[in-house]
Amino acid sequence: MDFLNAFVALSNFVLIPGIAYGSQLALGALGVTLIYGILRFSNFAHGDTMAFGTMVVILFTWLFQSWGISAGPLPTALLALPIGIVATMALVLVTDKAVFKFYREQKAKPVVFVMVSLGVMFMMNGLVRFIIGPGDQRFGDGERFIIKAGTFKKMTGLDEGLAIKTSQGITVVTAIIVVALLFWFLNKTRTGKSMRAYSDNEDLALLSGINPERVVMITWLIVAALATIAGTLYGLDKSFKPFTYFQLLLPIFAAAIVGGLGSPLGAIAGGFVIAMSEVMITYAWKKVGGYILPESLEPEGLAQLLSTDYKFAVSFAILVVVLLFKPTGIFKGKAV
Amino acid sequence: MKKLLTATAAIALSAGTAFAEGQPKEVKLGILFGFTGPIESLAPTMASGAELAMSEVSESGKLFDGATVTPLRADTGCIDNGLATANAEKLIAEGASGIVGGDCSGVTGAILQNVAIPNGMVMISPSASSPGLTSMEDNGLFFRTTPSDARQGEIMASILADRGVDSIAITYTNNDYGKGLADSIQSSFEAAGGEVTIVTAHEDGKGDYSAEVAALASAGGDILVVAGYLDQGGLGIIQGALDTGAFDTFGLPDGMIGDSLPTNVGSDLNGSFGQIAGSDSEGAEIFAGKASELGFDGTSAYSPESYDAAALFLLAMQASGSVDPKDYVSKITEVANAPGEKINPGELGKALEILANGGEIDYEGATGVNLIGPGESAGSFREIEVQDGKNVTVKFR
Repeated sequence: MDFLNAFVALSNFVLIPGIAYGSQLALGALGVTLIYGILRFSNFAHGDTMAFGTMVVILFTWLFQSWGISAGPLPTALLALPIGIVATMALVLVTDKAVFKFYREQKAKPVVFVMVSLGVMFMMNGLVRFIIGPGDQRFGDGERFIIKAGTFKKMTGLDEGLAIKTSQGITVVTAIIVVALLFWFLNKTRTGKSMRAYSDNEDLALLSGINPERVVMITWLIVAALATIAGTLYGLDKSFKPFTYFQLLLPIFAAAIVGGLGSPLGAIAGGFVIAMSEVMITYAWKKVGGYILPESLEPEGLAQLLSTDYKFAVSFAILVVVLLFKPTGIFKGKAV
Repeated sequence: MKKLLTATAAIALSAGTAFAEGQPKEVKLGILFGFTGPIESLAPTMASGAELAMSEVSESGKLFDGATVTPLRADTGCIDNGLATANAEKLIAEGASGIVGGDCSGVTGAILQNVAIPNGMVMISPSASSPGLTSMEDNGLFFRTTPSDARQGEIMASILADRGVDSIAITYTNNDYGKGLADSIQSSFEAAGGEVTIVTAHEDGKGDYSAEVAALASAGGDILVVAGYLDQGGLGIIQGALDTGAFDTFGLPDGMIGDSLPTNVGSDLNGSFGQIAGSDSEGAEIFAGKASELGFDGTSAYSPESYDAAALFLLAMQASGSVDPKDYVSKITEVANAPGEKINPGELGKALEILANGGEIDYEGATGVNLIGPGESAGSFREIEVQDGKNVTVKFR
C-alpha cells in the first residue's frame, strides 16, 4: 500500500506533469532541429513563432466561443488549431521570402543567420504583444479533468490523489500522433526523403535534381505546424503569455542540443530528458521517501536537491555539460 | 551674478514672509499606483478613493481660499522600479505638492530613496506594508495609512490559531513585500506554537507553477498560505495546488484579497480565509456609501486607505497654510491623531474650516487612522472568508 501511495504521489507531481511538459518541449525542439538540419542555423525566433501561432488560435477560440461553437468535453482551441497553423505558415513563409531568402542567396555564414533570426524574433515578439497584449490569456474550456485527485482517492482508497488534466491527456496523445506523422513523412514520402538528402549533403542533393527552394518551403510549413501545435498545447496546459514563450526558447534549445541538433529522434529524447530533470531535481522527495523508506531512514528535511527557483538553471547546466563532453548530443547530431 | 543672487534672496524672503499670497488656487497631488502589473485590478478603485477625497475638498471650497485639487495619475507597474521612479520624477516636474503612493512595497522604497528624499517630497502610501519600510531611513518624509506586515503576521497567526490550524506551508512572491510578510507570518505562527513545514518563494509571471506546488505538497501542512498577488503567481499557485489536490484550503494575506480571485478560481476556493487592513469604524461605512454613489466599490482593498492618504495631505496643507512639503510635513501626524474633533469621511469641509480657524482635528477617516511610530497606521484588520465565490468579512480584529 505504501509503495502504491509513493508511486501515485510521484506520478501526480512528477511523472504526469513531466511527461506533458516533455511532450511540449519535444514538439518545440523538433521544429528547432528541423530548421537546423535543413536550413543550417539556430532559429531564435522559434519561441515567438509558437507565441504567434498560439495567439491566432486563441483569437479564433474566442470567436468560436462567441458563436457558441464548442468541441464538447474537449477544448475549443483544438477546432481553432488548423486556422492557427495556416496563419503561422503564412507568417513564416513571408518572413522567409522577405528576410532569410536574401541571406541564403548571399550564402551567409550560419552565425549571420542566427543574428538575423534574433531580429525576426524581436519583430514577432512585438507583433504578438501589439495584437494580443503582454498579459496572461486563458483560453482553455471544456472538461478540465480526466480524473480529479479527490475522485481518485475515493475510487482507490489510497491516501494520495492522482489528477490528470484534460490538457495533459490531449498533449500526450497529440504529440504521439504528430511525431508518428512526421516520421512517416520523413521516411516514407518522396518529399521527406528529399529533405533528408538535402540535410545530409546539400551539394549531392542539388546534383541529383532536388529543388532547394521547395525543400526550404516544406520545412517552414512543417515547422510552422509543429510550433503552433506545441504552443497551443503549452498554453492549454499552463497559460499563454508572450514572455513565457520567449523564455521557453532555453529549454527547447537545450532539448534539441542534448538530443543532437538535426536529429528528430534526438529532439524528442532531449525534450523528455530536460523536462524530467527540471521536475525531478527541483522536487522535494520527502513525501515519496516517507512512504517507501523504512522509518529509520525517513528524510528529516525536504530532500530537495535544488530550490524551484533554479528550474531554468537545470536546463542551462545540462546544456553546458552536453556541449562540453558530447557536443553532438545523445543521437549524434551535427556538432554545434 | 551678484544681482542674480540678491534677486533670488529677495524672492526667497518674500516667499517666506508672505505665504498667504503664495497660496495657490490649484493644488496638484500625484497618485502613483500600479495601474499595470500584478495588482492592476486593485489600482483603479484605489485611485478613485484618493480622487474622492480631492473632489470633496475642491467642492467644499474651504482649502485656502477656495483652491481646487487636481489629481495627477501615474503608473508604478507595482514591481518596476525604473518605471516608478521615472513617473515619480515626472509628477514632481508637473508640479505635484505631494504623492499618494506608491503601492507595492518594493517600488515604494525605490521611489522614496531615489526621488522623494532627494527632492524633499512627502509620500503617503495607502498600501505598502513591508516591515522593511518601518526602519528605512526616510528623513521623516514617508507615511502610510496601512499597518506594517509585521502586524499582519500577528493577526494571521491568531486567525490560524482560532481556526485550529496546526501546520502551514508558506509560499511568497519573491520581493520585499512577500519576503517580509512570509517572515512575519512564520515567526508569529511559530511563536504561537504552530508548525511551518516549508517556506518557499515563487516568481511572478511564469506560465507553470507545477514544480513549486510539488515541493509545497511534499512538505505538507493543513493549509497553504500564499503571500503573493492575486493577478499573478498567487493565482497560478492556488490553481496548481487545487488541480493536483495538494491543498484545498488557502490562507490569503492582503495581496490575495480581491474579487478577481474567487471569480478566476471558482467554487473550489470556498472556505479559504485571510485578512486585509480595514476597520469596522463608522467611517468605513460612510466611505463605502459615498463610493457606491460614484459607482466604485469602497470596500475594495486599499480604496479607503487611499482616500485617507489624500485627505491627510490636504488637511496637513490647510493646517500649515502651505503646499510646500517642508512646511506641511510636520502637520501630518498632528491632524491624524488626537487631540481634536473626530473627522469622518465626508466631513473634510468641516475639518478644513476648523483648521482655518486655528482649531485641532483628529482625522479618523475611512480606516480609523491613527499614526504611530515613524508615521504608519496602527491598523485594524478585516478577517475575510470566501463564501459562495465571494469575499465575505466575518470579523474585525
